[in-house]
Amino acid sequence: MSSLLSIKQMSINFDTPRGSLEAVRGVDIEIPAGMSVGVVGESGSGKTVMCRAAMGLLQGSNVKRSGTVVFDGHELTAMSKEEVRNLFGSGMAMIFQDPMTALNPVRRIGSQLSEGLRVRLGMSKADALARSKELLELVRIPNAAAVLKSFPYQLSGGMRQRVMIAIAIACNPKLLFADEPTTALDVTVQAQILQLLRELREDLKMSMVLVTHDLGVVAGNTDYVAVMYAGEVVEYAPTTKLFADMRMPYTEALLESIPKIDHKSGTRLSMIAGRLPDPTDRGAGCSFAPRCKYAQEKCHKEHPELKQDPDGHQYRCWFPIGEAK
Amino acid sequence: MSKIGFWLQRIAQLLIVLLLVTFGVSLLLRLIPVDLATILLPVGTEEERDILRNELGFDKGPIGYYLQWLGNFVQGDFGKIYFSGGTEEVSDHLKNAMPRSLLLMVYTQVLALAIAIPLGVLSAYRAGRRADKIISNTLFALSSIPNFAIALLLVIFIGVKFAWLPTLGYAPISDGVWEHFKHMIMPVISLSLGLIATYTRLLRADMIAALREDYVTMAASKGLSDRRILWRHVFRPSSMTLLTSAALSMGGLIGGAIVIESIFATYGVGFEVFAAIAGRQYVALQSTVAVIALFYVFFNLVVDISSGFVDPRTRDRRVNA
Ligand SMILES: Nc1ncnc2c1ncn2[C@@H]1O[C@H](COP(=O)(O)OP(=O)(O)OP(=O)(O)O)[C@@H](O)[C@H]1O
Ligand code: SF4
Ligand SMILES: [Mg+2]
Repeated sequence: MSSLLSIKQMSINFDTPRGSLEAVRGVDIEIPAGMSVGVVGESGSGKTVMCRAAMGLLQGSNVKRSGTVVFDGHELTAMSKEEVRNLFGSGMAMIFQDPMTALNPVRRIGSQLSEGLRVRLGMSKADALARSKELLELVRIPNAAAVLKSFPYQLSGGMRQRVMIAIAIACNPKLLFADEPTTALDVTVQAQILQLLRELREDLKMSMVLVTHDLGVVAGNTDYVAVMYAGEVVEYAPTTKLFADMRMPYTEALLESIPKIDHKSGTRLSMIAGRLPDPTDRGAGCSFAPRCKYAQEKCHKEHPELKQDPDGHQYRCWFPIGEAK
Repeated sequence: MSKIGFWLQRIAQLLIVLLLVTFGVSLLLRLIPVDLATILLPVGTEEERDILRNELGFDKGPIGYYLQWLGNFVQGDFGKIYFSGGTEEVSDHLKNAMPRSLLLMVYTQVLALAIAIPLGVLSAYRAGRRADKIISNTLFALSSIPNFAIALLLVIFIGVKFAWLPTLGYAPISDGVWEHFKHMIMPVISLSLGLIATYTRLLRADMIAALREDYVTMAASKGLSDRRILWRHVFRPSSMTLLTSAALSMGGLIGGAIVIESIFATYGVGFEVFAAIAGRQYVALQSTVAVIALFYVFFNLVVDISSGFVDPRTRDRRVNA
């Protein structure tokens, strides 16, 4: 199976006043064409940084990056900013985590939506506006004509997220990064947005990277899952395989921590006891060791490598679940 | 409807401000422990002074005096300037001085903004890099030179040594555009350097903050060029502070360019204030200050109106408030 996106040995460090912060550490991820890959992990595990780095969207002089990113035959990491930019819109697009802050507050929805069409596809103003209206209808926004003329602050969170989706799919991208598209929304709206994304993905034949901290979201919406912890991929498997045969203690803890009854918006995954390790000071052993119920002596001393089962299931653990301990 | 209500309320607020300011000035004048009539007519007879007291309302209480002044002021009677040989109308002086000050202000603002906006955008875009450091340090150095010192340097070199530009006086546009600008160039430069530094700093700070916003990354992910992102997505939401500061300095330039107007003998409104104080022309002072206050309030209103266009969020916030 050919990969649409292939990330190899990606590491991202930020220079901070407290020292170098390792946000992403040696991540390898393949996104097979036409597939949907979930990226799951707690807040701060490096999901957003990984996605933005994949698209080359991390700016700033304090960012140190290494590794290679190949998208659709183009090695992005070896290309100039302008060349990579030409792949945006029709190649890659991104839905941002927070619909409240990701739309420009002083520009009308119509101009924000039609802008990409005009710049990337060279449409005329009138054509772009007409297409924008169709796009808003495609993402099921009622009264699209009025929404085109409104400003972001006049729309609800769910509406804004739909607008963001419309902007992202405007130029028919091959790959869509959806960075926690539902986290900021309440539960009923979450379900609608996920449903919408599923349908769009099928209609437009898009591949997708679906970032979330909720294993429940991953279940019905992805073909593969990468679990991230402290900047590393700690487990990678086809989604059904992952749920059937979990190897990584962290993934298990994540699953157990899904809030069952009290499933209100904003409930965060702080349910696993303990916290993420300090990203400026990674210890020597397994990053999860301080919180892991299976941790043994070796876990604190030696950093586990990514291991692979014969069926392709990858995990980063000395004592994986389902093996004699 | 609520929009009209908002503007009526806003205008009423500004009118109240105007009344308070002018009343304050009026009261201050009355508190000066001297006989105003004696000051205005130092060589007149007591009878003549009595007539003047009655005419100007000095014989009434502070409120009565203020109301009389106000009544005259709104009818365009700004009072007189008293000489040993007779009187001159304050309104004639202002008619002469106002266009000079307004043009000086407009040119200064246009020059300052035309330079500060690109510099601010560039230094925010290159924040922390060489271009930014050069711009910031140069402007900091320039802004620490007082504007009269810049004016004097310009006079010495450009005016006297090289004799490129006239050092004194004012030429109306009717004397020819070039002649007009020849007299304006040096005062405008002296006044704008400080503003350029202030405006650049304000815009740079707001743009740097805006560049960290998600919507900027979002705009980049649409495949827009840096130039387009800076001007279309970052500049407008970052320009509110700049706009407010520019409006305030507009009022300030109308009455506050006293030193520069004196050095270059431009004789605008600032000079009228200075002359009124020096000549103890208290009625003229009161009316001139009132006119300046009027301009302050007017530019404030302009900012209010334009801020709704620059940042639509303020429009609804106000109406809903
Ligand atoms: N521009 C930056 N400068 C310095 N540190 C950063 C920057 N962006 C992210 N980080 C750090 O990188 C780490 C990973 O952050 P990231 O936003 O990728 O987490 P996440 O997995 O997306 O979490 P969330 O679920 O909250 O979105 C965090 O420790 C964060 O503080
Ligand atoms: S390596 Fe050890 S500490 Fe880390 S997840 Fe596996 S069992 Fe737990
Ligand atoms: Mg994130």
